[in-house]
Amino acid sequence: MSAQVPTSDLFRSEHLRRRTIVNKTIELLATVAALAAVAVLIIVVGSVVRRGWGALNLDFFTQNQTIYSGFGPRPASGVANAIVGTLIIIGIAIVMALPVGVATAIYLNELAPRKLAGVLTLAFDVLNGIPAIVLGIFVFVFVVVGHGQAAWKASFALAILMVPLIARSTQEVLALVPISMREASLALGAAKWRTTISVVLPQAVGGIVTGATLATARAAGETAPLLFTSALYSADTMTYDPRQPLASIPMFIFTSAEQADPVLHEQAWGAAAVLIGIILIASLIARGFADRSVRRLKGER
Amino acid sequence: MSDVNYSTEIGAEKQTEHAAPEAAPEAAAGLAQAIDPSLLTAKPPAETLARDRVFGIENLTASYGGTPAIRDVSFEIYQRMVTAIIGPSGCGKSTFIRCLNRMNDVIPNFKTEGRILYYDVDLMGRHIDPVGVRRRIGMVFQRPNPFPKSIYENIAYGPRILGLKKDLDERVEKALRQAALWDEVKDRLKRSAWSLSGGQQQRLCIARCLAIEPDVILMDEPASALDPIATTRIEDLMHELKRDYTIVVVTHNMQQAARVADMTAFFNISKGGEGERSGVLVEYDDTKTIFTQPTDPRTEDYVTGRFG
Amino acid sequence: MTVAQERSPGPAALVRRGRFRPGDAVLYVVTAAAAFTGIALLVLISDEVLREAWPAMQKFGLHFLTTQAWGDNNKTLFGAKSFIYGTIVTSFGALLLATPISLAIALFLSELAPRWIRAFVAPLIELLAAIPSVVLGLWGILVLGPFITGTLGPAIHGSLGWLPIFASKPTVGSNMFAAILILTIMMVPIVSSICRELFVGVPSELKDGALALGATRWEVVRGVVFPYARAGIAAALILGLGRALGEAIAVTQVIGNNVAIHADLFKPGDTLASRIAGQYQGADTALQVASLVYLAVILLVFSLIANLAAQLIVRRVAGRHQIR
Repeated sequence: MSAQVPTSDLFRSEHLRRRTIVNKTIELLATVAALAAVAVLIIVVGSVVRRGWGALNLDFFTQNQTIYSGFGPRPASGVANAIVGTLIIIGIAIVMALPVGVATAIYLNELAPRKLAGVLTLAFDVLNGIPAIVLGIFVFVFVVVGHGQAAWKASFALAILMVPLIARSTQEVLALVPISMREASLALGAAKWRTTISVVLPQAVGGIVTGATLATARAAGETAPLLFTSALYSADTMTYDPRQPLASIPMFIFTSAEQADPVLHEQAWGAAAVLIGIILIASLIARGFADRSVRRLKGER
Repeated sequence: MSDVNYSTEIGAEKQTEHAAPEAAPEAAAGLAQAIDPSLLTAKPPAETLARDRVFGIENLTASYGGTPAIRDVSFEIYQRMVTAIIGPSGCGKSTFIRCLNRMNDVIPNFKTEGRILYYDVDLMGRHIDPVGVRRRIGMVFQRPNPFPKSIYENIAYGPRILGLKKDLDERVEKALRQAALWDEVKDRLKRSAWSLSGGQQQRLCIARCLAIEPDVILMDEPASALDPIATTRIEDLMHELKRDYTIVVVTHNMQQAARVADMTAFFNISKGGEGERSGVLVEYDDTKTIFTQPTDPRTEDYVTGRFG
Repeated sequence: MTVAQERSPGPAALVRRGRFRPGDAVLYVVTAAAAFTGIALLVLISDEVLREAWPAMQKFGLHFLTTQAWGDNNKTLFGAKSFIYGTIVTSFGALLLATPISLAIALFLSELAPRWIRAFVAPLIELLAAIPSVVLGLWGILVLGPFITGTLGPAIHGSLGWLPIFASKPTVGSNMFAAILILTIMMVPIVSSICRELFVGVPSELKDGALALGATRWEVVRGVVFPYARAGIAAALILGLGRALGEAIAVTQVIGNNVAIHADLFKPGDTLASRIAGQYQGADTALQVASLVYLAVILLVFSLIANLAAQLIVRRVAGRHQIR
C-alpha cells in the first residue's frame, strides 16, 4: 500500500533541468580546455619533429657550425660543438650544484632546528622563483664584467638554478626514511654523522638521482643564463676549454631562429628536437627512479 | 531465499500511535507551494492513517567491482517511522543506506541489481537523476562534515542551490530550530561552523539537511563519533523529527536501535557459494519483537550479544 | 680477568670528550654552510645587482620608471616605462587567459574525467611545462607568428576590431598578442598542476555532504571545492604570474622588441626581461650596462614580491588546514 504520489514529476522540475544544463556545460568546457592543452602540446612537439626531422643526419651530430656567406656551395654544418659545449656546461653545473643541494637537504631535514629550517627553506623557495635572466645578469655582474665570458661562469649561473631543485627532491626522500632506522643506528652507538652518511643517505640515493636528473633536464633548456656568460654562436671549431665561452644548443636555437636562412631554421628545429628528446628521456628516468625509491622506502616499513 | 520476517499488523499499530502531525506539514506544504508546484504534490498528505510504504526494496544486490556487498535484500520501509539497520561490521549496512539516495554512484565500479521503489518510482531507473533523488532523500554522515563556511552559510547552501533565495533567514532559523540548535547559535550565525563542538556540528548537519525540506532523512551512524550526552540529544532529535520525516538510521549500537527505532532490520554476513562474504537481510520486524522475541536464531545470537 | 671484563671497556671509556664529536661537527658545519647559501645568494644577488645599477640609478633616479626611451639622445637617455608597461600587459593578459583554462583543466583532471583518461592526459600536460622556452620561442616565431598575421589576427580584428586592443591588423608576427599567447601556454601547466593537487586534497566527506544535499557536480565545485582551495588557487596564480613576469627568452623572440607603447596588442612592444635579454650582444656604454642592470633590479623587485606573496599564502594555508 503506497501513498498517492504522482510519480512522473517526482524528481523533475524546471529548475533542476536548468541546473543540469549548467552542469553539463561546465563539464564540456573543462573537457575542451584539457583537450586544447593536449592539442597545443601535440602541435608544438609535432612542429618540432616534423620540421626538424630532415636536419637530423650524420653531419648534424658530427660537424661544427660554419658561417655561410651565402655564396657558393654550402659547407657541411652541424651542431657538434654546441652539443659538446652543452655537455661540458651542464656537467660542471652538476658538479657545483649536487654537493650543495644534498648537503643543504641533509642540514634542513636532519640537523636544523624547526624554525631555522623553515626560514632557510623559504629562502630557497624564493631563490627558485628568481627569473633565470636575473641570475644571468647577476653572474654577469659578479664575475664576467671586466673578465670576459666563460663556460664555467654559465655553469655557475645554472648551478644556482639547480640547487633548490636538488635540495627539495633530496629532502622529500630523506623525510621518507623511517625514524626507526636512524634510532637503530644511534642505539648501536654510531655517531650522528655516521648515521647520516652510512645509514640515511644511501636510502635517499634514488631521490637524489631523481632530483639531479630533473634539475639537469631543466638546466639543459635554459638559455637566459647563457646569454651573458657563454654566448658563443658562430664557432666553427670544436673547443673544450671551460675558461672560454662555449657553444651550446639553447644558444644555437636562439640565434638561428633570428636568422633569415631556412637551412638554419631547419637545423634549429632539429636541435630543438634533440633538446626535447633529452628532456623527455631525463624526465622518464627521473620518474622511474622516483617511483622505485619511494616504493622501496615505503615497502620497507 | 531470504529469511525476512516481518509482520504487517504490528507495524500498522505502531503507525496509529503517532498522532497525525498538526501544523508542521501544512506549514511545509504552504512553504512548498510558494516555491515549486511539483514539490507540493510530492509530499504525501498527512491524513492517511494506514501505514504508508516509502521504500520498497526488491531483491537488491549491490557490488563493488564484481564482489557483492549486499545480496538479495527485500523489505519495506514505512513513512514517519524510525527504521534502524543493525548488524555486525562488514554486513553492508552503510552500502545499503547509501543505495537509498544514490550516493554510491560516486564510487567507480559500483553496480546494483534489483529495484528500490520510492513510492512508485524505481530509484535505479535510467531516467532518474540522482540530484533530484538526493533533494528528497537527505543524508547525515557518521562524522560531522560542515562546510568551511559560517553556520548561516552552511544551512543556506542547500536552499541557494535550489534557487530559494528569498526568506533565507526564516528558512535558516526554522531548520536550526528543528535541529534543536537555534538557541545555541542564534547569536553567532556568522561564525565558522568549525568553531562548534562535535555534537553541535552534527546537529548543524541535520539542520542543513532539513533546510531543503526532504521527505526522508538517512543517517549513517550519526552519533558514533559523539560523546554520550551529544548522542542522547541526537536520539531525542530523531524522536521529534519522525513526526514529519521518514528516518532510516544505521547503527552499530543495539541499545540505540532499541531506544529510537520503531522498526529494525537485522543484516548479517553470509558466505556465498564460492566462499565470498556479503551482507544479507536476516530479519525485519517491529523493534520490540526483534529484541524480545526474534524469530531467527542468528538475530537472537546478535541481540543477546553472542557475537558482533 | 674474566672474558667479560676483557671484552668490554670499563665505564671510564664511556666518558668521552663530552657530547662533542669531530665528525658531527664537520657534518654540521659543512651542511649548514650549504644550507645558508640560499640566504647568502639572495643577499649577494641583490647587492651585486644594485651596485652595478647604481650609476644609472643615481643618474636617472625614479624618473627611470616613467621615461620611455632606450638609447635616445645619443645613448644617454634610458628609461623603463615601455618595458614596465609591456611586462604588466603581457603578464596580466596571460593571467587572464590562463586562469579559467587552468582551473578547467584542474577540474577535468581531478573531478570529471574517468581514471584512465586522467592517467593519460596528466603527464601530457606536464610535458607541456617541460618544453624549454627557447623551443617555444622558436615555434612562436616560425609557426605562431605567421598564423597570427595570416589567420587569427585578421579574424579577431574583424570581429573585435572596435576594441582598442585589437585596433589594427597585425602586419608582423612579432607583437604583444603573440607574447601573451606564449606566456599563457607556459603558465597553464604550472597553475593547473598545483590546482589539481589542491582539488584532490579537498576532503571527500565535504564533497559528499554537498552531494547528499542534491547538488550537481558543478555546484559542489563552486560551493565547496573552490572555497576550500581558494587560498591555494591564489598562490598558484601568483606563482604563475611570477613565472610570466620573468620569462625572457620566449618573449623576446616573439614580442618585436619595440620601445613604443600602444594599447593595440597587435603592435610590437617589449618587457623588462625581454629587453634585458635583447641586450646580450653587448651594451656599448657603461651607462647602458648600468641601465640594463637597473632593469634587472626592477624585475627582481617584481618577482620577489610575487614570489614571497605566493610562498606566504602557501604557508598560511598549510597551517590553517591542519586545524580541524
